[in-house]
Amino acid sequence: MQTTLESQKKRLAKLQPLIALFVLCLIIGLLSDKFFTVSNFWNVLRQISVNICLSVGMTLVVLMAGIDLSVGSVLALCGAITAGLFKMGIEVPSQNLYVGFTLLGASVAGVLTGALLGFFNGFVITRFKVPSFVATLAMLTVARGLTMLWTKGFPISGLGEQFAYMGTGWFLGVPVPVWISATVVGLAVFLSDKTKLGRYIYAIGGNENASLLSGININKVKVIVYTIAGALAAVGGLMVTSRLDSAQPNAGTGYELDSIAAVVIGGTSLSGGKGSIWGTVLGAIIIGVLNNGLVLLNVSPFWQQVVKGFVILLAVIIDKVNSKNG
Amino acid sequence: MLVAENITKKFSGVTALDNVCLELHEGKVNAILGENGAGKSTLMKILSGVYQEYEGQLLWNGRPVRFLGTKEAQDAGIAIIHQELNLIPYLSITENIFLGQELETIWGALNKKKMRQTTTELLKKLKLDVDPDTQVNELKVGQQQLVEIAKALLLNPQVIIMDEPTSAITDQEVETLFDIINELKQENKTIAYISHKLDELFRIADRYIVLRDGKSIESGEMAGINQDQLIQKMVGREIFVHQKPALSVSQDQLLSVQHFSLKRSAKRPELVLDNLSFTLKRGEILGIFGLMGAGRTELFEALFGLHPALTSGKVSIERQEVKITSPVEAVKAGLALVPEDRKRDGIVPIMEVKQNISLASLGYHVEKNGVLNNNAEAQLADKYIQELGIKTSSSGQLIKNLSGGNQQKAILGKWLATHPKILLLDEPTRGIDVHAKSEIYRLILQLAASGLGILMVSSELPEIFAVSDRVLVLSEGKLTLETPIENATEDKLLKAAISKK
Repeated sequence: MQTTLESQKKRLAKLQPLIALFVLCLIIGLLSDKFFTVSNFWNVLRQISVNICLSVGMTLVVLMAGIDLSVGSVLALCGAITAGLFKMGIEVPSQNLYVGFTLLGASVAGVLTGALLGFFNGFVITRFKVPSFVATLAMLTVARGLTMLWTKGFPISGLGEQFAYMGTGWFLGVPVPVWISATVVGLAVFLSDKTKLGRYIYAIGGNENASLLSGININKVKVIVYTIAGALAAVGGLMVTSRLDSAQPNAGTGYELDSIAAVVIGGTSLSGGKGSIWGTVLGAIIIGVLNNGLVLLNVSPFWQQVVKGFVILLAVIIDKVNSKNG
Repeated sequence: MLVAENITKKFSGVTALDNVCLELHEGKVNAILGENGAGKSTLMKILSGVYQEYEGQLLWNGRPVRFLGTKEAQDAGIAIIHQELNLIPYLSITENIFLGQELETIWGALNKKKMRQTTTELLKKLKLDVDPDTQVNELKVGQQQLVEIAKALLLNPQVIIMDEPTSAITDQEVETLFDIINELKQENKTIAYISHKLDELFRIADRYIVLRDGKSIESGEMAGINQDQLIQKMVGREIFVHQKPALSVSQDQLLSVQHFSLKRSAKRPELVLDNLSFTLKRGEILGIFGLMGAGRTELFEALFGLHPALTSGKVSIERQEVKITSPVEAVKAGLALVPEDRKRDGIVPIMEVKQNISLASLGYHVEKNGVLNNNAEAQLADKYIQELGIKTSSSGQLIKNLSGGNQQKAILGKWLATHPKILLLDEPTRGIDVHAKSEIYRLILQLAASGLGILMVSSELPEIFAVSDRVLVLSEGKLTLETPIENATEDKLLKAAISKK
C-alpha cells in the first residue's frame, strides 16, 4: 500500500502545474467576463505559439543540462532572411544574376539558416568543450549583428497576404500558428518519449559520463538537439514576421528568457535529465494566460513583469519542496 | 561516553534503524560493521547531528542530548569524516581546515598567520609534509583524506567518526592512517570506524558493533572473534567465497594487446602505461592488481577508447586488429566496461532500472528506425533482472533506490544486453556488502564459463584470488608480474605491485 500511496503522491505532484493553471483561469475568469470567450481562447493560444516553438527546443536542450540563449536572435535573423528573400530575392549585380524565392522556398531557407546556426552552436559546444551558456551567448550577439547587417537596421515590411497567412490565418476554425505549434509539440513529444534519440537526451542529462561509457555518441546527440532548437527558433521567426507583416531587426529580444521561464515553470530541471515537453507546454500556457489575464484586468505592463518573475520563483520553489518530500 | 538508546529512524515509511542500541567505548577504536543498507551511515549521521528527527535518545557523558545540527555535535566534541571528500578544491589546505571556523584579528580581518601556524602543527602531527598554502586540488587523494582528518582534529573532538576512510587511499597511506589512529588512542580519543575491509578492522579495532537490517545484532571485543564469525553475524548466514574457479579456459585467443602505451596528456608526455603486452582467452578471467596510481583504471579507459590521441600500440580482438577511438567503437568491437565509480560513471540515477539496463543496447534490440519498443525493453530488462537476481520492486523502479550490489548487477545486465565478447570490470565490488560480493563473484564466474573473456581490476587481493585464472600486476604503468593463479601468493603480488622495474 505504501508504494501505491507514494506513486499517487507523485502523480499528484505531476498534476500540480495543471491545477495551478486551472486555479489561475478560474480567478481571472471571475475577475473579467472577457476571459472565458472563444475569441480570447484562440487569442491566448495564438500569442503563445511562438514561445511554444522556442520552448520545445529549449526543453530538449535543458534536458541535456544545456541552455540555448541564442533562440531570440536566431528567430530574428531567420525571420529577416525569409522576409528578405521572399520580397527581394538574391541579386548579384556584377554577375547580372537574380534569384527569386517563392514563399515556400524563402521559408525553407529561413528554417535551414536556423538549423545551421543551431548546428554551429552544437559543434562549438562539443568540439571545443565550450559551456553551452557561453557558446550560445556568443551566438546571441552574432545572430543579432547578422540581423542588423541583413536588414541594414530597418524593418522589412509589406510582405503581402500570402505571407501573413502563417501568423494570422485560420485553418479548419483554428489559427494557423496554433496548428504549427501543435505539430511541433506533437513531433517533440514523439521524439522525447518514443525514440532512441529522446532516450539518449534524458540519459545524457541524467549522467553524461555514464552515457558516454555506455557507447552513446553524445556529441552527435548534442549537435542534433542544438540543430533542432535552432530550426524551431526559425519557425518561431516565420510566425512572428508573418503576424507583424514585417521582419523587425530587434524582434525576439528577450524571448530566450520567456522560453526558459516556460521550461522551468513546466518542471524541467535545469540540471538535466528530468522534465517533459508537456510540462513545458503547460508552462508556456500558464505564462500566456497570466499575460492575457493581466492585460484584461488592465494591470500595467510593468507589474506584469513583476508578477511573471514571482511565478517563476514560485514554480521552482514548489518543485524543490516536492522533490525533497519525494 | 557516547551511548545511543533504542534509536529508530524512518525515511518516508521505510525503517532504516529499528531500536538500535550502541555504546562507544572511550579511548577505543569501535568498528561499526554491517552490509550496505544495514544502517551504519544513518546511525553515524544521527550521532553527528546530520539527522535531527528520530526516536530514542543519545546519552553524551551520561546526559541525554539531541544535536540540532552538525555544529552542535561539533561543539559537543563529536567530529565526523565522511566517506566522500568534502574539501573545496581551489582553496588552500589552511583555508579548508578553517572553513567555517576562521580566526579573526581584533580588527575583523582573517588571522592568517595564526591559522597557518595551527595548520602546520596539525599537518606535522599527521606526518603530511606539504606547505599549508598548497591548493587542495594539487594534493593526491590520500593526502586530501589526511586534510579531512586534520579538519576534524582542529576542534579537538572527543569522538571521531570515520566512514570508510580507506576506500580511496593506497596501502602506504593506510599505514599512516593507522599510525594516526593509534596516536589518537594514546590521547584517549574515541574512534568510530566504519569499513567493509575486515582485515583492516582486525588490525586496528578494539571492539566491534554489528548492525544488520537496521537492528543492532551484537557487540564485543575484537579479540574474541574471528573473520568468519564476524561475516556470519553481518549476513546472518554462512557465505561461500569461491577460492578458485573450476572452469576450463579455452585455447581460443580473444584479445591481444601489444606494446600498449598511454601518455599522461598532450602536454605531459610521461607514460601512464608503459609498453604493456598481454593476451586474454575465451572463458578466461584475468585479474589485474596494482596499487593506486599503477595505471589500472587508465588501462581500461585507454582500451575503451577514451584517450585515442594519447594511446599507442596494437589491440586485436579475435585476431583482427581493431582501432578503438571512442566508446561507441569499443562497444561495437564487443567491449563492455563496468566502471569503478558506479555513481559517477555507471548509473543514470534518475532513470528506471529498465532504462538503465537497455541504455547501451537500444540500437540492437529495443528499437526500430529510431522508435523505441516499450514491450521489448521491458522484456529485456525482466530477463536480466531474473538472470542476475537483481532485487527491485519492479523494472520501473528508479535505479538510485537500489542497493549498491543491485545497481552493479543492473550495470552488468546493461552490458550483457549488448552481447559483448570482453568484459572490463573495474573494482566490481567496491562499496558492495559481503553477501552481494559473493553473488557478483558467482556471476563473474558464470559469465566466463559462458565464453566471455574478463579483465578484472581489483585492489583487494582476496577478490583477485577468488575468481582469477591468471594475474597481471602493474606498478607505475609497467607490467611487473604475470602469473597463473596457482603460482600466485599474496606476498608475491604485493612485492610486484610495489616493485620498480
